[in-house]
Amino acid sequence: MTLSFDDVRRIADLAYIETNEEEAHVVLAQLSDIFNLIEQMQAVDTLGVEPLSHAQDVTQRLRDDIVTESDQRERFQAIAPQVEEGLYLVPKVIE
Amino acid sequence: MFNVSLKQLSQQLAEKKISSVELTGEFLKRTRALNPNYNAFITINEAMSLAQAEAADQMIASGHASLLTGIPVAQKDIFCTKGWLTTCGSKMLSNFTSPYNAGVIERFNRVGAVNIGKTNMDEFAMGSSNETSFYGPVRNPWDVSAVPGGSSGGSACVVAARMAPAATGTDTGGSIRQPAALCGISGIKPTYGLVSRYGMIAFASSLDQGGPMAKSAEDLALMLNVMVGFDDRDSTSLQREAEDYLRDLDRPLAGLRIGLPKEYFAKGMSDDVANTVEATLEIYRKLGAKMVEVSLPNAQLSIPVYYVLAPAEASSNLSRFDGVRYGYRAKSYSDLSEMYRKSRAKGFGAEVKRRILIGTYVLSHGYYEAYYIQAQKIRRLIAQDFTDAFKQCDIIMGPTTPTVAFNLGEKNSDPIQMYLSDIYTSAASLAGLPGMSIPIGFGDKNRPVGLHIIGNYFAEAQMLNVAHQYQLETDWHLRMPEI
Repeated sequence: MTLSFDDVRRIADLAYIETNEEEAHVVLAQLSDIFNLIEQMQAVDTLGVEPLSHAQDVTQRLRDDIVTESDQRERFQAIAPQVEEGLYLVPKVIE
Repeated sequence: MFNVSLKQLSQQLAEKKISSVELTGEFLKRTRALNPNYNAFITINEAMSLAQAEAADQMIASGHASLLTGIPVAQKDIFCTKGWLTTCGSKMLSNFTSPYNAGVIERFNRVGAVNIGKTNMDEFAMGSSNETSFYGPVRNPWDVSAVPGGSSGGSACVVAARMAPAATGTDTGGSIRQPAALCGISGIKPTYGLVSRYGMIAFASSLDQGGPMAKSAEDLALMLNVMVGFDDRDSTSLQREAEDYLRDLDRPLAGLRIGLPKEYFAKGMSDDVANTVEATLEIYRKLGAKMVEVSLPNAQLSIPVYYVLAPAEASSNLSRFDGVRYGYRAKSYSDLSEMYRKSRAKGFGAEVKRRILIGTYVLSHGYYEAYYIQAQKIRRLIAQDFTDAFKQCDIIMGPTTPTVAFNLGEKNSDPIQMYLSDIYTSAASLAGLPGMSIPIGFGDKNRPVGLHIIGNYFAEAQMLNVAHQYQLETDWHLRMPEI
């Protein structure tokens, strides 16, 4: 598999990371090397093998649908980049 | 005082030969003198540490002390710590004072351990040399031109230079074991699910596991007794009976079957590491252990598999850093989308961005089956290899790393070479097995060599026993760099 310059621009766009042309060229070279390494996986016959996402055979726990958190809005907003009257401020998104 | 065990420190505190305030003060003084050479801490807050020490002294006076009460412990800066700057080694969190405590921090606080500072680390735990930290590289106390390993390089350095008696680390593909090996200390990554991930800033959630780093196996057992335990705020935390990890330390090793994976003793390991490991196995033979050749045929695939799964999970986990609720926000932007893009472009370093991009790609439409699912399938084959191997042996041994510590700058322009320094550690991570590293001597340039011990699921007490018996015969774990 070969990665193209357009692929790099596309995935950077999907990942919301601003990348200029020069950076994208450097990243392309590095990612191509990494994907050559990853490509070794394709030679392995995994027909009939179940994917493994967790080593222990456990199921997701459920909890009662009750409120467990207290209101800590002020504490949490004290570390926000920009807040006003209890709201997080971002650039205007609706005209 | 700086080179004694946690048990001895605990005894001195219990007998009131020293107070926690005095003990903490001594380690802070040493840190003040040494840290500028090593850059092992991101945050030191003497007032907060001493306040905890005072509270610990009261606990001791009132008869409510346990073994770690009043003992200074350095905390990796990946653990959210209320009132402390918690950066994860990133510009993205360089202004983040945590409003809450991680599960691990709560457990140390509960027993009255003293947080002596937050340790430097590779950015978001992505790295094997500590060179990706926004706060600059950590130096190896055995040789300041060498890296300490990573990502828990700050914690490894702190313990090696005796700036704290013990520290916490986290391990996703080798981040406790590899720096422990390169800095000549002991470290254990427990079975996945034993240590709470609540408040431990996520890198690759199906692999991330916290664990202790200390001088000896006995010290690790004391630390594990505090760190392990169910936490209902971590969805993969395991509900099990509490164990005493000290219980098996004194067992004799006669009859122990040590599995040596032939793939780990093939090409790739440098001669100095190979010789040191061989000399160590000879000591185990004298202690009555038998060597058994085992095979991990899929182990050589662990690096490719790891570099699909870990970046995939990272790309998802790190999508939360958007400059809205906390963390870094770019200075100028014209709209919301540009605010996200610029904040993430400037807030993350090169290695983190590289991994987010790999992860985004392997999860994207048309590639998910070929990469992510294929990697998860091979992950099962790797785990199955270990299950088969443990039918023939009790414990697995090999080198922790292929070489001793490399020089600063030596590998940071070549990601692949850097990734390969975790070649022996990542398979156990993928299988969710416990792994540890203990110091076994010195190789080229007089830099430390580590022995990798892999146990079966929940075999931590046995691994600590195996390591402790070796440490009763040798004194590598007591060696200190000349400072």
